[in-house]
Amino acid sequence: MNFKTATLAGLAAMLMTGSAMAVDVKLGVLNDRSGIYADLSGEGSVVAARMAIEDFDAASKGINVEVISADHQNKPDVASTIARQWYDEEGVDAIVDVPTSSAALAVSEITREKGKIFLNSGAASTDLTGAQCAPGTAHWTYDTYALANGTGRAMVESGYKNWYFLTADYAFGHSLEANTSKVVEETGGSVVGSVRHPFPGTDFSSFLLQAQASGADVIGLANAGGDTVNSIKQAAEFGITQAGQALAGLLIFITDVHALGLETAQGLVLTEAFYWDLNDDTREWSARFSEEMGGSKPTMVHAGVYSAVTHYLKGVEAADSKETEAVMDWMKSNPSQDQVFGEGSLREDGRHLHDMYLFQVKSPAESAGDWDYYKLLSTIPAEVAFMPLEDGGCALVE
Amino acid sequence: MFELLGIPPQALFGQLLLGLINGSFYALLSLGLAVIFGLLNIINFSHGAQYMMGAFVAWMGLTYLGIPYWGALIVVPLVVGATGVVIERLMISRLYHLDHLYGLLLTFGLALIIQGLFRNGFGVSGLPYSIPSQLSGGTNLGFMFLPNYRAWVVVASLLVCFGTWFAIERTRLGAYLRAATENPTLVGAFGINVPRMITLTYGFGVALAAFAGVLAAPIYSVNPNMGADLIIVVFAVVVIGGMGSILGAILTGFGLGIVEGLTKVFYPEASSVAIFVIMAIVLLVKPAGLFGRTA
Repeated sequence: MNFKTATLAGLAAMLMTGSAMAVDVKLGVLNDRSGIYADLSGEGSVVAARMAIEDFDAASKGINVEVISADHQNKPDVASTIARQWYDEEGVDAIVDVPTSSAALAVSEITREKGKIFLNSGAASTDLTGAQCAPGTAHWTYDTYALANGTGRAMVESGYKNWYFLTADYAFGHSLEANTSKVVEETGGSVVGSVRHPFPGTDFSSFLLQAQASGADVIGLANAGGDTVNSIKQAAEFGITQAGQALAGLLIFITDVHALGLETAQGLVLTEAFYWDLNDDTREWSARFSEEMGGSKPTMVHAGVYSAVTHYLKGVEAADSKETEAVMDWMKSNPSQDQVFGEGSLREDGRHLHDMYLFQVKSPAESAGDWDYYKLLSTIPAEVAFMPLEDGGCALVE
Repeated sequence: MFELLGIPPQALFGQLLLGLINGSFYALLSLGLAVIFGLLNIINFSHGAQYMMGAFVAWMGLTYLGIPYWGALIVVPLVVGATGVVIERLMISRLYHLDHLYGLLLTFGLALIIQGLFRNGFGVSGLPYSIPSQLSGGTNLGFMFLPNYRAWVVVASLLVCFGTWFAIERTRLGAYLRAATENPTLVGAFGINVPRMITLTYGFGVALAAFAGVLAAPIYSVNPNMGADLIIVVFAVVVIGGMGSILGAILTGFGLGIVEGLTKVFYPEASSVAIFVIMAIVLLVKPAGLFGRTA
């Protein structure tokens, strides 16, 4: 090959990449913007998605990303309507976040039907990557298995063997209760009963007294957000914790701890995928997030949105298109790496794997001030934090 | 040990008492609604938002001005009641000659605006408000541990409910009020300032909601949605009791609290629906409500 042909070939190659690298991507952040999960997802998830786009410097790589958002009010029917409209009329390529498992499962089905991509951060049900897994669905941040495996195991191992569950009566609560029961029984504990409360609830005293009457060592709170906050507050009020029963908050976000105050929340053991004060990277990222969100720190859901969108954009860049199969293939066959979760990977059933952390809430004396809430008890490595691939029952796995 | 319907009696007593405590809130809130509807013919959909404002103003008073709980019990209803007076003067008073529906739409719109403003300012996770030190702790009743604060809620609610009922049904002022509703022109002819009386009545109804909000602040989380979740149930209570019936609102408030408490034991999943099932049945059998007068 002479000099001239080589130059021409190189020029042609440059031209080709140059012209092909103009991809327009539209992301739809669908979550709770007004109800009980609005602080843990809400506007913060939109901010996190935008941060991912800026940090990735998508514009200079020829990817034009537009972000739109909507409120699904934690209702599966509302979520479905918006998802259909976004895919059919707005030209949305990927839906992001979607807390509330029942809504997330509905969006996952529509995503499958439309052949698009769904990056879930806010929901918990293991069904998203289990019985109801879909080729375009990635479940990023946490799930009920990881929570049960973290908090449930830790509690049984410290001697709390007999469990009673206070369960939110919808897909998420049921899934969390089932997963935790399994872990409890495997580690030598037993489940003495459970009560299912309407979602969302206000007064939990009745259910708490039933839990107390059961004589269990520990009351497992298989609920989330405001429901958990009220349950913990009222358990303290009715002298349940003072009488010797422990509380296991199976899903507690940092915003819940903030709402409870350390006086009430101290000593709780909880599992999270992210805490702002883990390392220099998370501190730097969280400081930027706080600046945009009026001082509040990010939850693991926000961090998950950032991580998922980052990996997705890398996929679009590598595949040189936004075509679902190509992007998902790349995402599943390449490790993820970002500022919030560090290293991770996306499994073939759509489960994202990364380290999880077991934290304990500090006492007011230990805390240095606002948002200094957790001390790290242990790190749960990615390999054991999530449900083994073969146990999920996902049809994508041969 | 013997059992009643499969539940030990101790547990049952405990649940009945808890039902009574929740009933206290239903009674206080439905009382305010009944007063406003009975005397103004306005369906006050912003009642839940005003209850929420009560809790928030108590929190703000404590956080920014250092007003303790006991002060808040008096100051907050006055402050929130005053906003009610302003709303009545500026907006609601222009709707009296129109259909009920307009009042409903106006107050519903107001509720959405107020909730939206608080949501924007404070988020939805809720703010902590601690139980006053004089009422912390509790008493062991043998069948259950009764937090002192909850006992106080029942007492305070009963006192306020009885006081309101007495003022409206048994005093001269109450008689003027009731007469003014029947025939405002005639009462005005006797030299009584009817519009001012109506304004103050609305302010009072709102103050009742705010009072309930202050009572609720230490036990439920103070968040912008707290009223929206509750108000639907309270409307059902008012409908069951009979629109505008003061006594009906109080009795059904407490009664339905107990019924709901029992559902939480026997079939917890249905506890949020129980009140509406009762409402449907009552409306079929007695369309004016249990204590309502058929117009």
